[in-house]
Amino acid sequence: MSANESTEHNRRDFLYIATGMAGVVGAGAAVWPFIDQMRPDASTLALATIDVDVSSIEAGMSVTAKWRGKPVFIRNRTADEIEAAQAVQLADLKDPVARNDNLSSDTEATDVARSAGEGKENWIVMIGSCTHLGCVPLGQAGDFGGWFCPCHGSHYDTAGRIRTGPAPENLHIPHFEFISDTVIRIG
Amino acid sequence: MSGGHSTYSPKTGLGRWFDARLPIPRLVYDSFVAYPVPRNLNYAYTFGGILMLMLVVQIVSGIVLAMHYAATTDTAFDSVEKIMRDVNSGWLIRYLHANGASMFFIAVYVHIFRGLYYGSYKAPREIIWILGCIIYLLMMATAFMGYVLPWGQMSFWGATVITGFFTAIPLVGEWIQQLLLGGFAVDNPTLNRFFSLHYLLPFMILGVVVLHIWAFHITGQTNPTGIEVKHKTDTVPFTPYATIKDGFAMVVFLIVFAYFVFYIPNYMGHADNYIPADPLKTPSHIVPEWYFLPFYAILRAITFNIGPIDSKLGGVLAMFGAIAVLFVVPWLDTSKVRSAVYRPWYKLFFWLFVINAIFLGWLGSRPAEGWYVPAMQVSTAFYFGFFLIVMPLLGLIETPRRLPNSITEAVLEKNKGAAAVHPAGAQASPETKG
Repeated sequence: MSANESTEHNRRDFLYIATGMAGVVGAGAAVWPFIDQMRPDASTLALATIDVDVSSIEAGMSVTAKWRGKPVFIRNRTADEIEAAQAVQLADLKDPVARNDNLSSDTEATDVARSAGEGKENWIVMIGSCTHLGCVPLGQAGDFGGWFCPCHGSHYDTAGRIRTGPAPENLHIPHFEFISDTVIRIG
Repeated sequence: MSGGHSTYSPKTGLGRWFDARLPIPRLVYDSFVAYPVPRNLNYAYTFGGILMLMLVVQIVSGIVLAMHYAATTDTAFDSVEKIMRDVNSGWLIRYLHANGASMFFIAVYVHIFRGLYYGSYKAPREIIWILGCIIYLLMMATAFMGYVLPWGQMSFWGATVITGFFTAIPLVGEWIQQLLLGGFAVDNPTLNRFFSLHYLLPFMILGVVVLHIWAFHITGQTNPTGIEVKHKTDTVPFTPYATIKDGFAMVVFLIVFAYFVFYIPNYMGHADNYIPADPLKTPSHIVPEWYFLPFYAILRAITFNIGPIDSKLGGVLAMFGAIAVLFVVPWLDTSKVRSAVYRPWYKLFFWLFVINAIFLGWLGSRPAEGWYVPAMQVSTAFYFGFFLIVMPLLGLIETPRRLPNSITEAVLEKNKGAAAVHPAGAQASPETKG
């Protein structure tokens, strides 16, 4: 009698647990779309591509474009600025990685890796969002002649690399290319 | 009766601590675990639970849709298309919400017809019934405003027609209409306020539903025999019996719901609503959503003037009257017998009423031409006749069948074989058999 009862007990327990698990899986499947819909939708994710005409940007001038809701600094650097950036030793840099989406992720932060490449070292294209908490840094300011973020005092050099201050990384460089001598396509 | 003291006794220290400060677990236990429910409830009684489920589905899917919807005339239609195409799982949530509204109304009509059949509106449950009518009205308002939001052709013209009703009111009609519209015609102000109110009303529905549930927990539920609970053997505890029965009914209902959502999601809608609203072009056939069709037929049935009341006002009065008559049903029915199970004539007229209601709904989808018009008039006459003539009269002249003495007796009579072996079987543990 007692053996009978205990096997009946087990069958019922199994049914409860099995039904419960099926219910949990079903509930999870039902809830997931409601959470998923809050993630960025397809139109936001669609890699927005913008073309910027830089024909009128001479040495020492900058232009800021808006891409994916953020500012992008495009600067035609002077020879002095390029020299100052090239003179910096990699060991002095707080963040030695180039943070350039056009190059592999472990590229060192040399000046040419931060610029638009060989033959176009005077051009620098960076997302103007401080890598600390996202304020827009001020151009041609700060202790290194590059950018200075007034929010918490991060100083970036003429290649947009973080030197002093709380920001952890160099200003990020988005995917871009010169589709002609005077037009940059970002994204 | 559902009365009697609470049998909840918290088993844990935390349980006792909480119970002394805010006895919510006690309330839940008393209402949905130990609560005595008549043992003979059939599946027609599961639609209340299904309605609660659908209210939750509509609120959750609606709040989520509102994260992506834009309520202005130039962006509304496109924002809905964006939801369908760009938002992750947006198509699913939109179809859940649109078809959920239809399923909500299917459930509410079954629920109402259950009430009419089993006499759930009769004393002492009049307030439960009236609260239910209020919920029904709020549902109709919510559904109407919700349908305007996608700003398709039907959205716009349906709103124009419905707000046009108010011009039928003499003297103040146009003033009221302009107050509702926020302008001279349906336009941006109208859309904006409909969005606000569409978000608000479901929570008012929720409040009235709480009152509705509270009210029938005071009186106790009716049951198919219409005889009140007299002995302990007449009832079973809500958990697990009603919990599982309601749960199973919800699953079946969800399967039907899922069939619409995944296979024929636009079946219950109107193709014209995929055309952006154009204030300069009226579609050839304006029809409301299917759940309004019976009332639409009644509205269009009044094609003649009655004395000083012109046909436009007459139609509006008839339509609102068709809903208003529901509120006084507890006082229209004179029968001492509650359930149609024991009222053969009432049962016949009830089913004729159901068929007529469906016919009236079908007529609502037809254009107001040819034989449809006299058909709408006859059908409308039968609708009102059922409430105003049949219900009062039958109670006085009908001979009901012999009522059983108690629910237990009715159940035992039905299951003579199995019940005879275990007369007290209702309380025995269900897993032991024979």
